[in-house]
Amino acid sequence: MKNSTGRRYTRRKLVNRVMLILSSAAAGLAILILALILGYTLVHGISYLNLDFLTQATKPVGEVGGGMRNEIFGTLILVALGSIIALPIGLLAGIFLSEYASPKVASTIRFMADILAGVPSIVVGVFVYAIMVKPMRSYSALSAGVALAIIMIPIVARTAEEALRLVPNTMREAALALGITRWRAVLGVIIPGAMTGIITGVMLAVARIAGETAPLIFTAFGSQFGVQGLLKPIGALPMQIFRYATSPYKSEQQQAWAGAFLLIIMVLGISILVRWISNRKRM
Amino acid sequence: MATGQDNACEITPGPGKRRFSRRSGFSDKIFSNVTLVFALVIALILVGLVIILAREAMPAITRFGFSFFTSSVWDPVKQIYGALPAIYGTLLSSAIGLLIAVPISLGAAIFLVELSPKWLQGPASLIIEMLAAIPSVIIGLWGLFVLVPVVRRPIESWLGTHLGMLPFFQGPPFGVGFLAAGIILAIMTIPIITAVSRDAMKAVPNEQREAMFALGATRWETIRQAVLPYCRSGIIGGIILGLGRALGETMAVTMVIGNSYKLTASLFSPGSTIASTIASQFSEASAGVSVGSLIYLALILFGVTLLVNVIARTLVWRMTSMKAAKK
Repeated sequence: MKNSTGRRYTRRKLVNRVMLILSSAAAGLAILILALILGYTLVHGISYLNLDFLTQATKPVGEVGGGMRNEIFGTLILVALGSIIALPIGLLAGIFLSEYASPKVASTIRFMADILAGVPSIVVGVFVYAIMVKPMRSYSALSAGVALAIIMIPIVARTAEEALRLVPNTMREAALALGITRWRAVLGVIIPGAMTGIITGVMLAVARIAGETAPLIFTAFGSQFGVQGLLKPIGALPMQIFRYATSPYKSEQQQAWAGAFLLIIMVLGISILVRWISNRKRM
Repeated sequence: MATGQDNACEITPGPGKRRFSRRSGFSDKIFSNVTLVFALVIALILVGLVIILAREAMPAITRFGFSFFTSSVWDPVKQIYGALPAIYGTLLSSAIGLLIAVPISLGAAIFLVELSPKWLQGPASLIIEMLAAIPSVIIGLWGLFVLVPVVRRPIESWLGTHLGMLPFFQGPPFGVGFLAAGIILAIMTIPIITAVSRDAMKAVPNEQREAMFALGATRWETIRQAVLPYCRSGIIGGIILGLGRALGETMAVTMVIGNSYKLTASLFSPGSTIASTIASQFSEASAGVSVGSLIYLALILFGVTLLVNVIARTLVWRMTSMKAAKK
């Protein structure tokens, strides 16, 4: 009897130990995967990065050399375009959700924003292809900007709402007690109070759309002639990485790695900056 | 809260102040309506997505109807299209992805919430969340050049020789294929499932754990019997959110799945998903029915992810509102 409880006790202890080790190993594995991807891309990418890559245009298929100057520039333009369209919409929607909406309306729109954020980006690309590229009969930078904006809007709206909600109610009351109107209280007191949170959300959204590739295939399409205007096709860094990665030429594959290096620095740089800003705020 | 404050603004003491107050009420009305209009843009986009995709897919819907779901031909020459291999590939690769991702994510979340020393929690969370920020095209690039060779040589050839009697592990090891796509999807869903499960576990009140410990339970028994059952719906919500992400993932999958349009039980075989078919066939599609078929695929993908996300959101929200109620 005593022996059997003792055996059971060791068994329980053993199971405990094994499961806890497995859990820790799982966390270690997740971290290891990131380290592998990040490490390989950074080490491999930087070895192919050179001045030509930043200052030259892409060479025709099969020719060695050239760079992604136009694609880097294109990505900056597309991100700016997407932000210009998405920021006002996302911010005002966020203000509505946190300041004006009744609980029922707010939860409905919030739900829709979450659903929109979950729509695969390739579906957004096909949608914008149907409403802009097809009627205008041309791939264009503008349509790509709209596609990126659609991806960005729900992220900005939800994070802006969360940030605005964190502003204490006493600040709203104090502003209104001064006799100013509500909209001036919102613009002059509440938004400045939530600024750090709003900026965090915007930067997260920017980091997200900077790396988006799938929707660009149907909208920006890519261009060998550099940036020609908003209504013309335009190249983008992630799209060029995809094309060169699947290319049979060694030199193009190497450029894909260099591009990946640049993109990862851009995106993770923004993410780390965001962390830093929001941590500083908490202190 | 909002309506209460609205009323407070409109109360106007004394007739002298009336004009000012009405004007201010008016400007406030404009502003609140402007914000409402922009909020409705979100609803408009969502509704627009359904209508436009359905309209554009019409040529294919009228031509193939529901047989689109059961046919496995994709023949641009004869203009005959069917979605079965793409749907099958989407479900198969997502299933492999979740099969790998769920245990790892749960283990990582358990470590972060229950086991990790305090100083490690922040940095470890940050690192796992950074994995979510890496653009999918970069994960695809890494998958194509680093993961695929590893999948071909040790993994697939080992599975083939030792478990070759099962239909899943038969056929030549290509490297690119369902297995590689599944592993890539696992990598991409681990951060989401881990983050949501971590938050759900954090929401479990400490009394639950203390009660279990007081009964003499080991740490694992506490986690297993007090923590996990308590936050089950939150964890399931996180898994389904991960599923939503996996179903719609495009670039990384397109790069490692091999884009072959066939129906096979072998996990080593190249295949396609709905998203990878759209991405790789779009540039070649020109006529009404071929584009229509691709948009029909997009509509199916949209419908499925919509359903999955609605379920996931409801579960996660119920969990977080439970937490709010506890406070």
